[in-house]
Amino acid sequence: MSIWRDIKGTIEPFWITLRNMFRPVVTVEYPEVRTELAPRYRGRLILTRDPDGQERCVACYLCSAACPVDCISMQATEAEDGRRYAAWFRINFSRCIFCGLCTEACPTMAIQVTGFFEMANRNPLETVWEKEELLVDHCGQEPDYNFYHHAGIGVAAARGENPGEDKPVDVKDLMP
Amino acid sequence: MPEWMVILLLIVAKLGLIFMVLLTLAAYLVLAERKILGRIQLRPGPNRVGPFGLMQPLADVIKLLTKEDFIPTQADKWLFLLAPGLAAVTALLTFAVVPFGPPITLFGHEVPLVVCDLNIGVLFFLGLSSLAVYGMTLGGWASNSKYSLLGAIRGLSQLISYELSMGLALVPVVMLARSFSLTDIVMAQADVPFALVNPLAFLIFLISAVAESKRIPFDLPEAENELVGGFHTEYSGMRFGLFFVGEYINLIILGSMLTVFFLGGWMGPFLPGVVWFSIKVLFVCFFFIWVRGTLPRLRYDQLMHFGWKILLPLSLLNVILTGAFLLWRQG
Repeated sequence: MSIWRDIKGTIEPFWITLRNMFRPVVTVEYPEVRTELAPRYRGRLILTRDPDGQERCVACYLCSAACPVDCISMQATEAEDGRRYAAWFRINFSRCIFCGLCTEACPTMAIQVTGFFEMANRNPLETVWEKEELLVDHCGQEPDYNFYHHAGIGVAAARGENPGEDKPVDVKDLMP
Repeated sequence: MPEWMVILLLIVAKLGLIFMVLLTLAAYLVLAERKILGRIQLRPGPNRVGPFGLMQPLADVIKLLTKEDFIPTQADKWLFLLAPGLAAVTALLTFAVVPFGPPITLFGHEVPLVVCDLNIGVLFFLGLSSLAVYGMTLGGWASNSKYSLLGAIRGLSQLISYELSMGLALVPVVMLARSFSLTDIVMAQADVPFALVNPLAFLIFLISAVAESKRIPFDLPEAENELVGGFHTEYSGMRFGLFFVGEYINLIILGSMLTVFFLGGWMGPFLPGVVWFSIKVLFVCFFFIWVRGTLPRLRYDQLMHFGWKILLPLSLLNVILTGAFLLWRQG
């Protein structure tokens, strides 16, 4: 009988909604209560330093190339000892979509994501963060990594002095 | 103080009190609805303004009053301005015939707790509920927008589908009470409320009342997800607010009508009459909100089908059966 099915289908939902009225609320009331973020949560970006306290960023432009919304811009320059760094580094957080592709592209683990996300602002110009605001004085999620020690370029230590690196070969020695 | 002045003061005080209580109740009904709907969906509902969100209606009023009052260029200006008022006034006027308590004695005068005990109260209510559709239709037509017009047309066709069975559902009540006056109808329910005497008429009137209030499952004139906002798509600011308040006053009116016609009005044991009346009205309002949180919207043709092919024959049958029963009982 379809009419009984119809009547049952009209009455039953009332019982369900009545039951729901007395169940606990699932809403997390954000400013007072904060949820625990996932360990790999992608919040705002930071520029980290290596264990020696130097800037990790070598201004290779890979992050700005990887960025799908073009929110990262910088100017590369070189120090006296030949070490590259960014003269200025700028992230426009009103364009950033927090996808984390820049951190995947970064060869020196300089740019990293954090669990910080409260960046709402009334002035859009204040969502553009400069290098001084982005740069932190810790290593972020990679406490031991030092790009120059791995790459073996003679900036952090002399050539051949880095751990696990052979002495450079004097090609003229190999002459017969 | 002369005699006539006391009477005049009492009348003015009563009117002011009813007006204030009705508008405040309408505002807080909006909050109650948002809270209850929230709880049904496992949300807390508005809770930011004041303790438990109790100042939310005030914040809403300030928001509506300070918004831009926008009139579309191609709109029929005078009708556009008139329509929201019409919707709110017809809703308010209906409360004039609702008796909300037994007569009380103040300063040696017997004060009936009803603005005006018309001897054709039932017809007054039916007439005004038909007039209420003018506010909606004129508003929808004057906006000169296709969504508004569609909402207005739907509202009109909805009206003619349910109003007939609504009126016919009241015929058994009038037959049982032998009066068109709402006070007499309540008096006739001193022993048993008419909802128990004639449950079929109660059910038909309940369904028609939900349709009359233009709420889910019969909210076709508004139908947010089909028609933007239906007949009030083009309205903004306090003009939209008037439509909104009118809808909730209408909800209270329909709640009190259900109470008066079927639930025994102010009759009840132990508690004073006004308290019983408020409890019943608020319970009906809660039921309407509960319905809104539960049922989906009917399709346009389903409403017509339901109104004309099911409700109307049922209510006609009910009139005949009640008449036959009354004749048989008389001997």
